[in-house]
Amino acid sequence: MSLEYFLQVFVSGFTRGSIYALIALGYTMVYGIIQLINFAHGEIYMIGAFSLLILIGVLSMLNLPVLALILIAVLVSILYSAGYGFTIERLAYRQIRNAQRLSLLISAIGMSMFLQNYVLLAQTSSFLYFPKFLEDIPLFQNTNILNASQAVIFSATALIMILLTVFVRYTRTGKAMRALSQDRTMAVLVGVPTNRTISITFIIGSITAAIGGGLVSAQIGQIHFYMGFIAGIKAFVAAVLGGIGNIPGAVLGSFILGLTESFGTTLISSDYEDVFAFIILILILIVKPSGLLGKNRSEKV
Amino acid sequence: MSKFISNLRRSYRLLQGVPKFLIQSLMVSLWFAILTFPIMVIQVNYTANTVEWQWGRLLLILFGGFAGSFIWFLALDRKDNKPSNTSGTYSVIKGRLLDYYASHKKLVMAIVFAIILLIPFASSSYFTRVLISAMIMMVLGVGLNIVVGFGGLLNLGYAAFYAVGAYTYGLLNYHFGIGFWIALPISAFTSVIAGLLVALPVIRLRGDYLAIITLAFGEITRIVLENWGEFTFGPSGIKGIDKPGLFGIDLSPRGEIIYVYIVVFLVLLLTILISRRMENSRIGRTWESLRENEIAARSMGINVPRTKLLIFAVGACIAGVAGALFATNISYINPKSFALLESIKILCVVVLGGMGSIPGVIVGSIVLQVIPEWLRPLQDYRLLVFGALLVVMMIFKPNGLFPKVRKSYVFTKEESEQ
Repeated sequence: MSLEYFLQVFVSGFTRGSIYALIALGYTMVYGIIQLINFAHGEIYMIGAFSLLILIGVLSMLNLPVLALILIAVLVSILYSAGYGFTIERLAYRQIRNAQRLSLLISAIGMSMFLQNYVLLAQTSSFLYFPKFLEDIPLFQNTNILNASQAVIFSATALIMILLTVFVRYTRTGKAMRALSQDRTMAVLVGVPTNRTISITFIIGSITAAIGGGLVSAQIGQIHFYMGFIAGIKAFVAAVLGGIGNIPGAVLGSFILGLTESFGTTLISSDYEDVFAFIILILILIVKPSGLLGKNRSEKV
Repeated sequence: MSKFISNLRRSYRLLQGVPKFLIQSLMVSLWFAILTFPIMVIQVNYTANTVEWQWGRLLLILFGGFAGSFIWFLALDRKDNKPSNTSGTYSVIKGRLLDYYASHKKLVMAIVFAIILLIPFASSSYFTRVLISAMIMMVLGVGLNIVVGFGGLLNLGYAAFYAVGAYTYGLLNYHFGIGFWIALPISAFTSVIAGLLVALPVIRLRGDYLAIITLAFGEITRIVLENWGEFTFGPSGIKGIDKPGLFGIDLSPRGEIIYVYIVVFLVLLLTILISRRMENSRIGRTWESLRENEIAARSMGINVPRTKLLIFAVGACIAGVAGALFATNISYINPKSFALLESIKILCVVVLGGMGSIPGVIVGSIVLQVIPEWLRPLQDYRLLVFGALLVVMMIFKPNGLFPKVRKSYVFTKEESEQ
């Protein structure tokens, strides 16, 4: 394997990792607060991509300048995804938040199936063409290690990570989120608005997932109603890998997962693309169930 | 008289909430109309460069959302203010039926069995086939019920064990011509091995982690089945698997179906019996204590890893048997039949009926396997309804349609006066 090829695989793995990171953030934040694997989160990513496609289609009839068109479509599709995230929490999780954990998980699985089939029935079951805004133009001459689409994905991801870190560290809502994830009862006692904070968590998670969905569709050029499920599961694997509930952990886990998949498919076999994530998941849960950056929590009786 | 007044009060209180609910439902339906607008109403076709507007669907969302959310709010209100005692004509009839059943258990059972065994002789082959698949689903449901309902271990990869059972019989039959009756115990055995292999590394995990790791094992199984072409024949699967033999007698096609029906029915009875016996044994109590509180169970001297392994092994064994039955019934297996969706469907059966309840599993399989056959035109909406059903069940009836009845001692007033 030449150095150039190695770097190419490395960069493409990093791109994958960035997308997983955008989805994994939502998982890890929601899990941190209400200890729920939000299976429907992957569908938000898919719905983000579908809304973006539809909005671009409608807006392109208005003869707007391309940049304005994309900007409006992206913003509105993010708003819509945030709306979906908010509604899902109100509808399927809020009533049973304090019930058995199993009920919550089954409700999440049901929601995921419902949303998948909702898009399947309302739109289409086949692959849809998605306009490729992010072209694979090489950035450097003589070598195609890094291309424009990858650069856009990296910078978008980095920007979101920074914004999110600032938000969680320094704002009042961010503090409320951390308080809730540390100790819900105590947070409620000191007056943290639980319902509002949880809603905001879902909204933020949905926004990042929708951005991930938009970026990946614009790079690959096609979308499908089932795209969210596998991506969601893999992002969850990434979140577990880094230590669930831990935001930097989710990002680290996503990059490790993206690189493993990228190297695994080139070196071993692309038939088993989806298996690598699952094998990593099984290994990490056996060796260190709390994840790479997670803390061990002892369970109380 | 006082009952009448309390009924009246309740209905008044319900009615009082109605205008509030109407306004709320109106808002919800508007919200849904806005939220679902792009995906429901607009269809973009990039190849033809056209945009289609489906305005009819907007009306559907508005009215459907309004009616749906109104019912939703009423149901939530009723759930929150549940009347303390449930006495009414319905429960009186139910109570009498149960009493009758308890006093004539054997007679009732005999009549029910006779009817079930006679059905295939009177119905079409098609309907018999539907019933066979429903009964296989019941066997799977009983098996998963042991894992999820009794043991409290959420297994999202249950279809993998089902696949192992089916492929064991399929491959043995293809390569060596081994018949169903010899392959059946082998299928059960290989599934148990698979179950133990999955369970061993994950024994320390619980709850969500267990769910996601079993999902991972399930998906790995499916992907391997699809890609390991030389061993499993890949996505095209195995064709022409033999029907079970009956002492070398050749049966007509119709006779064969009836024979399979009876075999599946007997296996179902056996699994139900085993499950019942295990539930009420020392082992079953161990499972229950493990489900309720692992740490408490451990401190009472229960060997937690061994118990979990046993739960997985028993569940996998039943799935393996169901797999062999499936292979012999359909005569054709491919990896598609054992995808994640199948695991979720089995979970639906267990959850819909009520976790831990065997009558629930039976009703759940009929609802999910037989009724959709009658609603063929609505086939496309099946999974949508499944998903919605899971959510609604969890919110309004988390214990299922036929909740598990816990054995309890009721202290009546007469006794206390004695």
